[in-house]
Amino acid sequence: MASPVLEVHGLTKHFAVRAGLFGNHATVKAVDGVDFAILPGETLGLIGESGCGKTTTSRLILLQETPTAGTIAFDGRDIGRFDGAELMAYRRAVQVVFQDPFSSLSPRMRVHDIVAEPLEIHTRLDAPAIRRRVAEVLELVGLSPDVGALFPHEFSGGQRQRIAIARALVTETRLIVLDEPVSALDVSVRAQIMNQLEHLQRTLGVSYLFIGHDLATVAHISHRIAVMYLGRIVEMAESEALCARPLHPYTRALFAAALPSHPDDPPAERTIVGEVPSALAMPSGCRFHPRCPLAMPVCSDVEPAVTVRDGGGEVACHLY
Amino acid sequence: MSAVLEVSDLQTHFFTFGGTRVVKAVDHVSFSLAEGETLGLVGESGSGKTTTCLSIVGLLPRAGRIVGGRVLFEGEDLTRKSQRELRRIRGRRIAVILQDPMASLNPLFTIFRQVAEPAFFHQQLRGRTLRDRVQHLLRAVRIPSPEWRMREYPHQMSGGMRQRIVGAIALAGGPRLVIADEPTTNLDVTIQAQYLDLLKDIQRESGVALIFVTHNLGIVAKMCDRVAVMYAGTIVEQAAVRELFNAPRHPYTRALLGAVPKLGSKDPLASIAGQPPNLASLPAGCSFHPRCPEVLPRCASETPREIQDDHGGSARCWLVSDGIARS
Repeated sequence: MASPVLEVHGLTKHFAVRAGLFGNHATVKAVDGVDFAILPGETLGLIGESGCGKTTTSRLILLQETPTAGTIAFDGRDIGRFDGAELMAYRRAVQVVFQDPFSSLSPRMRVHDIVAEPLEIHTRLDAPAIRRRVAEVLELVGLSPDVGALFPHEFSGGQRQRIAIARALVTETRLIVLDEPVSALDVSVRAQIMNQLEHLQRTLGVSYLFIGHDLATVAHISHRIAVMYLGRIVEMAESEALCARPLHPYTRALFAAALPSHPDDPPAERTIVGEVPSALAMPSGCRFHPRCPLAMPVCSDVEPAVTVRDGGGEVACHLY
Repeated sequence: MSAVLEVSDLQTHFFTFGGTRVVKAVDHVSFSLAEGETLGLVGESGSGKTTTCLSIVGLLPRAGRIVGGRVLFEGEDLTRKSQRELRRIRGRRIAVILQDPMASLNPLFTIFRQVAEPAFFHQQLRGRTLRDRVQHLLRAVRIPSPEWRMREYPHQMSGGMRQRIVGAIALAGGPRLVIADEPTTNLDVTIQAQYLDLLKDIQRESGVALIFVTHNLGIVAKMCDRVAVMYAGTIVEQAAVRELFNAPRHPYTRALLGAVPKLGSKDPLASIAGQPPNLASLPAGCSFHPRCPEVLPRCASETPREIQDDHGGSARCWLVSDGIARS
């Protein structure tokens, strides 16, 4: 088996906040001990509801936050020990595409300059070489190289997202964090972008961390899926195995809440009640127990350990 | 079953640049809705689904005008009503739920005041009766402990709760028709599932007719009895929900169904080439022809007419009309 591009171990991010009128100090455990690895050419899907910590996880990987604890290893080496030049190389190899292509592209820059910017920061290529490279990636993402002279407002949402992908790819990227890259797009355009992403992965061997909340979309593009709830990964498995047999009650609740693809699909029973609790008032024991339909007495006292799922993957639940 | 709402040949145009440019946002749209029925209005952004709804309730922005057609609601033509008369209908007999609950709620007023408003103005309820009514409505949308929740403000509620409160306001006047414009887009999946189940329960109890505007075919499959698919301002296909999923007739509907990932399937998605068109510069003939995988020569020049079938469905496509001509 190939060694992972990125491996995070015990990754933790706590935010100190003041709660209440008299400023009692409290901590929000946004990410609380997360382990996963991403192999070359692999897509890891990260799924969960708002506030589960998926965006904080991506910000930690992108070096936009410093972890409270835990390590991120790139090509087997801890990035916490990287020196300046190595950190630059890391930033070059790990890129991001955001949800909303209307706010992630500067309206005052031409497409060519948007896509060329990472090259100007990270390489010493001269202008003609940069132009060649930009034309090359624009073509890779299905745009004509001529669009370089245009401004983002001249493009539709789907084309803008292609520009954002081109910018993420231009530095010979190893891993792209895709933070809900198709949620803001029209249905007919979503499929184009999803297919494009899969095609790029096959040709370039780039890895993806695909963050989303729509189960069908994440399951379609990902090789493996990690399900997050309140800062922890509660279940992680191969995409097919997870869809065929979700084990954790929260994963099952997500599947029950997924919309049918045909009106004759059997209606899911209502398995989950209430809303995600605030990360300030973290439940004791298993974080999911107040909403869990299968909660046992032990669940409110003891945090479940991660166990190996039968059929591969892992799950953190007292039932298994 | 009598129709609660009957929209026939509705045309809404936007006039910009001093009336020199005309955008046909809604172009000859017809559908009807019976008591207790749910119609899904499906389309991409700019397809005219929201403008259709705004035309029904008379809330078009200043540049927009209904230039043709009728909107019959319980036998009355709403396009001929004054704003004053419409105000008596909106909030009482027709209610609207919008996408962003934070924008529909006033952050400065308590939940009580906002939920009470329709009953206060339309039904002249006061004091104890009004308070009981508000608590009853909040309980109907599953707000826990409404006695004290109603004294709170919108910012003290979660997103799902806010959207349920907007639902309570919509129900306050005892409406015959609720128009829900993408009400769950901002909600998490488990909260969305709860909200959709709640809407269904309420509909079962009250028999209200529901128009569900969405771009999500999963919501259509879960919620709707009938579907109207909109593209570039027109309804390109209309059918009962099972028929639409089992045997879509318009190539655009087929393409939409193929473009949605199905849970547990890794089959490549059938993407639709190109972008949704700009309404200001529509292609000649059928608006979908530049993206259509089954395009015929005549599609580029002649606009297909709406072909009705025997069970209330319709489609606007030369493939369909040719099929009927042949049989």
